[in-house]
Formats: sequence, C-alpha cells, structure tokens
Amino acid sequence: MSLFDWFADRRKNAPAVRASKGPEADEGDGLWSKCAECGLVVYRKDLIANASVCKGCGHHHRIDSSERIRLIADEGSFEPIDADLAPTDPLAFKDRRSYADRLRDTQRATGLRDAVVTGLCRLEGMPLALGVMDFRFMGGSMGSVVGEKLTRLVELATARRYPLLIVCASGGARMQEGMLSLMQMAKVSGALQRHRSAELLYLPLLTHPTTGGVTASFAMLGDLILAEPKAMIAFAGRRVIEQTLGEKLPDGFQTAEYLQDHGFVDTIVSRPELRGTLATLLRLHGSVRTPLSVAP
Amino acid sequence: MARRVLLDFEKPLVELEEQIEQIRQLARDSEVDVSQQLLQLETLATRRREEIFNSLSPAQKIQVARHPQRPSTLDYIQVITDEWIELHGDRRGNDDRALVGGVGRIGDQAVVLLGHQKGRDMKENVARNFGMASPGGYRKAMRLMDHADRFRLPILSFIDTPGAYAGVKAEEEGQGEAIAVNLREMFRLRVPIIAVVIGEGGSGGALGIGVADRLLMFEHSVYTVASPEACASILWRDAAKAPAAAEALRITAADLLQLGLVDALLKEPSGGNHWAPMQAAETLRAALLGQLAELQTCSESALLEARYAKFRRMGQVLEGAATDPAFAP
Ligand SMILES: [Zn+2]
Repeated sequence: MSLFDWFADRRKNAPAVRASKGPEADEGDGLWSKCAECGLVVYRKDLIANASVCKGCGHHHRIDSSERIRLIADEGSFEPIDADLAPTDPLAFKDRRSYADRLRDTQRATGLRDAVVTGLCRLEGMPLALGVMDFRFMGGSMGSVVGEKLTRLVELATARRYPLLIVCASGGARMQEGMLSLMQMAKVSGALQRHRSAELLYLPLLTHPTTGGVTASFAMLGDLILAEPKAMIAFAGRRVIEQTLGEKLPDGFQTAEYLQDHGFVDTIVSRPELRGTLATLLRLHGSVRTPLSVAP
Repeated sequence: MARRVLLDFEKPLVELEEQIEQIRQLARDSEVDVSQQLLQLETLATRRREEIFNSLSPAQKIQVARHPQRPSTLDYIQVITDEWIELHGDRRGNDDRALVGGVGRIGDQAVVLLGHQKGRDMKENVARNFGMASPGGYRKAMRLMDHADRFRLPILSFIDTPGAYAGVKAEEEGQGEAIAVNLREMFRLRVPIIAVVIGEGGSGGALGIGVADRLLMFEHSVYTVASPEACASILWRDAAKAPAAAEALRITAADLLQLGLVDALLKEPSGGNHWAPMQAAETLRAALLGQLAELQTCSESALLEARYAKFRRMGQVLEGAATDPAFAP
C-alpha cells in the first residue's frame, strides 16, 4: 500500500502538517523558508511569488488547495460547489484513534471539510470545471466525500459541456470508510465515462504524490495526462515492492519523468508554466464544445 | 483426493471425525451394529460444523476465503457451463495466467466468462502469480468484455484475488492505468454484467473486473479496500493487529449487503465451499441463471442507466452540514 510511504514520511518529518501557511518549510519562523532539497533560504513571499518553486533547484514545494486554485483560476473567478459536503463515519471506525476524532482534528487544522475542493472557474476567460485534492487532509485519501464531490463536478462539467481539470494528490483510498471508499473509484470513473462520451476534454494533473486508488482511477483516465516535475506517481508503494517482493527499484522509479518515459504521462509541466500550458490546451481543444450533432 | 487442509478453528471437528472413523473401522472388523452411534456422532459433527461456520469472525472468514482447496474460477466454469473455450492474451504481448477468460454457454445462454485464477499448489500458484493479475490481465479482461459487448454476450466475472500485482514490471506496464480503464469502460458495455466474489476480493485488483449490474458474494468470501494486514501496519502500526483491522473494515458478505454494496449473498455448504464444491457450483449456477433472466428483461439504455445509478448511490456523506466554528470565515 502506498499509504505506508505517506505515514512513514509523516513520521520522519513530523510535524509536517501545517495549517494554511502556504508552502511547506522545514525551518524558518514564517518570514524565511529553507528549501528541503538544496538548502537555499529565501523570503517566504518570494517563494510564494514563484509558485512555491525553489529558485535554487526547481523543487516544487507542496502547496495546499487554495494556493493551487490561485495559481490556476483567473482572479476571483473560482466559485466552489458542494462546499457543505462533510464526511460521516459510516463504519464507526476506530484504530488507535477513532476516525471521528481524526476527522475533527484534521478539519480544525486545515479549515477543510474533506480532501477535495471543487468548483467552476475561468482560465484566461475560458470556463473550466476544477477539482483540487488537498494532501493535508488525511493524505488526500479518497473516501465518500472526495468521490461524491468529484462525481458531481464531472456531472456538472458534462451538463455544461465544460472541460475538466482534476489536480491529484493522494495516498489512495481512505481505509477508515472501508469498501465505501473503494467504490468511489468506480463512481468517479463512471461519471468520467459520460464526460468522455460527450466528447469533452478531461485533464488530470498529477502532483506529488499520486498513488493507490486515485492512480487506479481518475488520475489515469485523462484524455491528456499532465504531471509536475519529480512527482511520485504510483499504483503500489515502493516499500511493498522493495520489501515484500524483494525487487530492486530502477533509478527514478515512479517519478513523473519515469512514467513519461514509459508512456503514461503526456507532458511534465513546471508550476510557473502551468497556467500558460493549460490555457493553450483549452484553446486548442475549443474551450466550450458545441453539442454533438445528431447522427442522421 | 489430497488430504483436506484444516484451519485452526476446525480442529474440534477433527476429533469427532476420528471417532467416527474408529467406529466405522470397528463395524468393518466385527459384526457389531454401530449404526445408531454412527448416526449420533455424525449428527453431532454436522451440528458442530454448522455452529462453527455460522459464527466465523471476519479474520476466520479470510482463512476460509483463502483456503487452498476453495473452488476457483476455472473449477466453477468447468462445472456450471455446458460448453466452454478458454481464450488467451491481451493482444499486446501478454497472456496473464492470473486472470483467465473465454466464451461459453450456461443453460441456453452464450456468455463471456472471466475471473482471477489462483493455483491449487505452490507450482501452479507460481504460474498463476497467486491470482494477482498484471496489467496484461486487466487488458485481456477488457478485450474479452469488448468482445462480449460486440456480440451481445452477457459477462460473468469471478473475483478471487489478494490484489493486483504490485511489482516493478506491473508499475512499468501501467497497473493503475489498466485498472482505471476497466472501471470506466465497464460503464459503457451494453450487456448484463454479473460479478461474484468467490473468494478474496482484494481492493482495486478486484474492482478492476467488478463494475457490474449485480454483485454477488459467497457467504464466507471477503471484499476489502486494503488487506487487513496492510491496514493494521498502517493504522495500528502493528501487522499483528490484522484481526482487529479485519473486524473494523467490514469486509464480510453480510456487512457489505448491509452497506448496500452487494446485491445478494450466496449460501455456502456447511463447512464452506471447499467442503462440498459441487453443491457450491450448483448454488452459483442457479444464482447466475436467475440474475441473468432478470437483467435480460432490461433494455440496453435501462441497463446502462441502472448500472450508473447503482454506483452513483454508493458512499455516505453529510449534506448541508451545520457550520462548525472551524469553518467560519
Ligand atoms: Zn531548492
């Protein structure tokens, strides 16, 4: 399971979850930020001005959903939908802590109800249905709310004949909702099937990390698949492959570049170029498709 | 027949069986009439078995579901079909033996059958990769399902996998993409699809052939979002907590029926399907024929609409949640 990696990561870098403070940083008091990759220290506001990409090494710092929306949507154009949808605890799940407690704490810490924000916006004036996963919320795991909000977004995009962009960042299915989580993979894929048969454009953007059930559903169903540089994109976690199967991992295994080399990513787009690339793609495919002509 | 593999909770039955065997021996060696004692002991053994199998914990059901002698996809196909031809290959360079399929006839109905295939012993399991399909397996399944769509043959899909294969090669060949495409395209197929969890339903690897108009589950089979072992390692940070995880994840047929994810539960013979495989196959055949007859009354558009609506309902969310102070602007 890829969630292994996320939890292991989180333990290693704890405390990794910071509430709504823009890009991650392992040092600094809020004014300064030090790059975890190359050690470059910069003003936080300069980092944010550069789409949270390090000027020293090009490392793409993790950003939250509001930062991501700001980078994609025309200013003030994003209109959220279904913002009131909240998770329940259908299985009354309890591991070392109860799911209900985890949800409440994560909601407080992030100001989010669940791990995806959805809505309609404009990009250079062109309409776009936009879903953005937020890794801060339980590792971007997909439970009922993520599945339902994305499904409604795809359905709305189909009804309005809008192109669709989903920014993926996820550790996979949310185990605490059991099989209800797994079925969200099918539900969203079903909605995408209808969007696709309406001949509308769907672009997933795979960001670090995109794994498990998200990779095995909507992340890989794009007409065109975009990814951020060095993003980890995987079905199964590295630890499972390395430890359980004892296989040696090739260099750069499961990075965006590796997937591009193997034919599963169309293009890798660095964050400062994202808006421009998206605008070009929307223009090239016709931003609002006219209804399909009825066959004679 | 090879000696039956015993599960730890079946041990109390062994003693009874040994007693029965001793009395039979006695009867053969002497003229003593033991029919009365035999009947008593056999009744007792049957009752014990029923008691044990009626109150299996989720962790015990996993053991039954993974039992090496539990009937597999090909076992069932050979019994329930009147004609059957296995078909191979994904037309992209692979024939995955962990996911088998072909065309056949059940009763009067020509169908496409497919499913995960585990091995009976270590040698066969290595060849079948323990029922863990590779991307080529899912692509073979998709090719066969497209074939079914073209010739309007209903699809019968048998789920029995610990999960999709998770190796370097599987990642390179796009395991995620292969499963994802099946999830999407199964919503497009204009023929009835019936999926049955016959053993283990392991996460995305199971769902990859599991988008169906009807999902049936054998009584002691399980369907999981993540294996209880993996879930325990992650959430409990202790793989030994797998039984607790199995309990919490709600993986049994009865649980999933209650959650509205499964349409019907197929009763198993007392002692599980491996105890009476022919009886299990008859149950399966009858259920499939019944469901097929029902689904074939639907028009294509009604079928597609109902399939979409079925999955559309899955999940549980709180709508218009009261504003928590945490969300105040
Ligand atoms: Zn740097």
